Amino acid sequence: MSGQMLEVIQPGLLTTVQDLGRWGYQGYGVPVCGALDPVSLRIGNILVGNHESLAGLEMTGVGPTLRFTEDAVVAVTGADLGPRIDSKPIPSWESLRVPSGSTLSFGGPLDGLRAYLAVAGGIDVPPVMGSRSTDLKSGFGGLNGRAIQAGDKLPIGQSSLAENWSPKSLPAAISRQPTYGQTFEIRVVMGPQDRMFTKTGIAVLLTSEYTVSTDSDRTGCRLEGPPVGHVRGPDIVSDGSALGSIQVPGSGAPIILLADRGTTGGYTKVATVISPDIGLLAQAMPGAKVRFAAVSVEEAHEILREQEDMIREIKAAVGLDMTGAISVKSEGAEVSVQDAERRPITASGVRASKTISRTVSATVDGQQYEFEIEVGSA
Amino acid sequence: MPAYDQPIIMPAGDLAVVVEYGDEIDPEINAIVHRAVAAIERADIDGVVEVAPTYRSALVYYDPFQITFNDVAAALRDLSLDSDKAGDTRRIVEIPTLYGGDYGPDLPFVASNAGMSEREVARIHSGTDYLVYAMGFSPGFPYLGGLDPRLDTPRLKSPRTSTPAGSVGIAETQTGVYPVASPGGWQLIGRTPLRLFDAESESPAVIHPGDRVRFVPIDGETAFEEISRRVEDGSYVIRTRSAR
Repeated sequence: MSGQMLEVIQPGLLTTVQDLGRWGYQGYGVPVCGALDPVSLRIGNILVGNHESLAGLEMTGVGPTLRFTEDAVVAVTGADLGPRIDSKPIPSWESLRVPSGSTLSFGGPLDGLRAYLAVAGGIDVPPVMGSRSTDLKSGFGGLNGRAIQAGDKLPIGQSSLAENWSPKSLPAAISRQPTYGQTFEIRVVMGPQDRMFTKTGIAVLLTSEYTVSTDSDRTGCRLEGPPVGHVRGPDIVSDGSALGSIQVPGSGAPIILLADRGTTGGYTKVATVISPDIGLLAQAMPGAKVRFAAVSVEEAHEILREQEDMIREIKAAVGLDMTGAISVKSEGAEVSVQDAERRPITASGVRASKTISRTVSATVDGQQYEFEIEVGSA
Repeated sequence: MPAYDQPIIMPAGDLAVVVEYGDEIDPEINAIVHRAVAAIERADIDGVVEVAPTYRSALVYYDPFQITFNDVAAALRDLSLDSDKAGDTRRIVEIPTLYGGDYGPDLPFVASNAGMSEREVARIHSGTDYLVYAMGFSPGFPYLGGLDPRLDTPRLKSPRTSTPAGSVGIAETQTGVYPVASPGGWQLIGRTPLRLFDAESESPAVIHPGDRVRFVPIDGETAFEEISRRVEDGSYVIRTRSAR
């Protein structure tokens, strides 16, 4: 493979290749993994014209130093770890062109814990079980199943960006440049095993302030604070562990299960962090304060809907919105759609009394296309 | 207490529900779980994206943009599990296993703990079809049920830092096989040359939840190496039988 490469000069504290996770194998005991703050990775991908599920780098606390061997389009999202190109500070949450030979480095954590690097074309390691995410515990996926090391060369995929493609920033209406700070309000849906906790225990969970412990990692965000009391002890016959499950072992100290969690577990789970707040939680550094508020499943879905609307708005603003780009309706007549070489994409016997032809332009993956749409008799 | 009359359905956040059929490790309850998983897959419910069975429940992931929580719950409540028990016809997967020696360094301890000979331990251990209740702990690791109580053995006092892939072991009332090398405190009685989990493979796990597993003794190191070679070059065909 002679493609573009990203050379690792310094690996940073913990830098791994991640996409949106290895779904579909939890029944076989295979953890999902993937970006801990998936929304930040998705937005990064959108800003560089990628499909949002392509792999990027998750950088924890102290970022890496990386050298580009060819011109590239990149975006840094998530935590502010002080990104710089050739020692000059660069903005996060927007894409920029970096010339061949440039070095991306990070000054140090300023706000938040996990930043994402998206590169046009994506980090092109071979997918394992449908995902490029690194499974650190099992040692597969990503780059040889491990965090990146000095001297590694990360392959970058083919980008479909046009020569004249211009870098993108977030639409003015969306201030995604967040300040994470040191206090996190995290919303949860109660259960699945909330009935196995005392009323007092649940009140303690929902009214106390917890501190993120230094033992936290990609498997779980461990909290210190007032213990959450069980009715009859912490053990259950092990069952499935969903993303965001707050399990409470005998000590009463909650552990929020994150992307690298084992698929099953034998501790009671008092509540589950809602998916739109998972990325926020991933930005909580050891020492940060966490408070919980309970919402209903329906409220959680409404919050998720707002988040997805925001992402759709970003896509539309950067020209990646495919919804409605091409719409072919037919009544009475059947329709044939052909590619540039006139090969049918979908075809059936076309019968129509007259021929209508239209040229439509649309932007696909950041590139402008002209579509000729012709409806008529064959 | 056997299975619940009605499954209990509980939210696990905004993307998943737990459907629980009981709260014990019990073959009857587990059979209902596997029947339910088969029924969910057959029903092909729009918006249900992943189902992971456990001992006594299933975690069902859904896409809330395609289906509401109430509709997932209703679909799971309405699954018909009794009409079609075809799902109960399960595979028995044969796991060739070399007992003792360097491959099963704890066999002497397990034997003396049970007050029987090593050969007798191997005979009892390989004389049962074990139920794969669920998988977890690590990729491809089967939670097996059905160990003869005479073979109950306490865990190692200090766990090994690495247990070779394919190790067959006993920990208290459980027996199992390590698909990948990992640290562990199980008493190792043998090893299989099969590669039970291969991330690069199209179907990465050899054993599936709801299967049964039968350990079949291998006659000596030469035979072990021979199977090993055939696993390596892809010519080894894993033997399965079907059981009612």
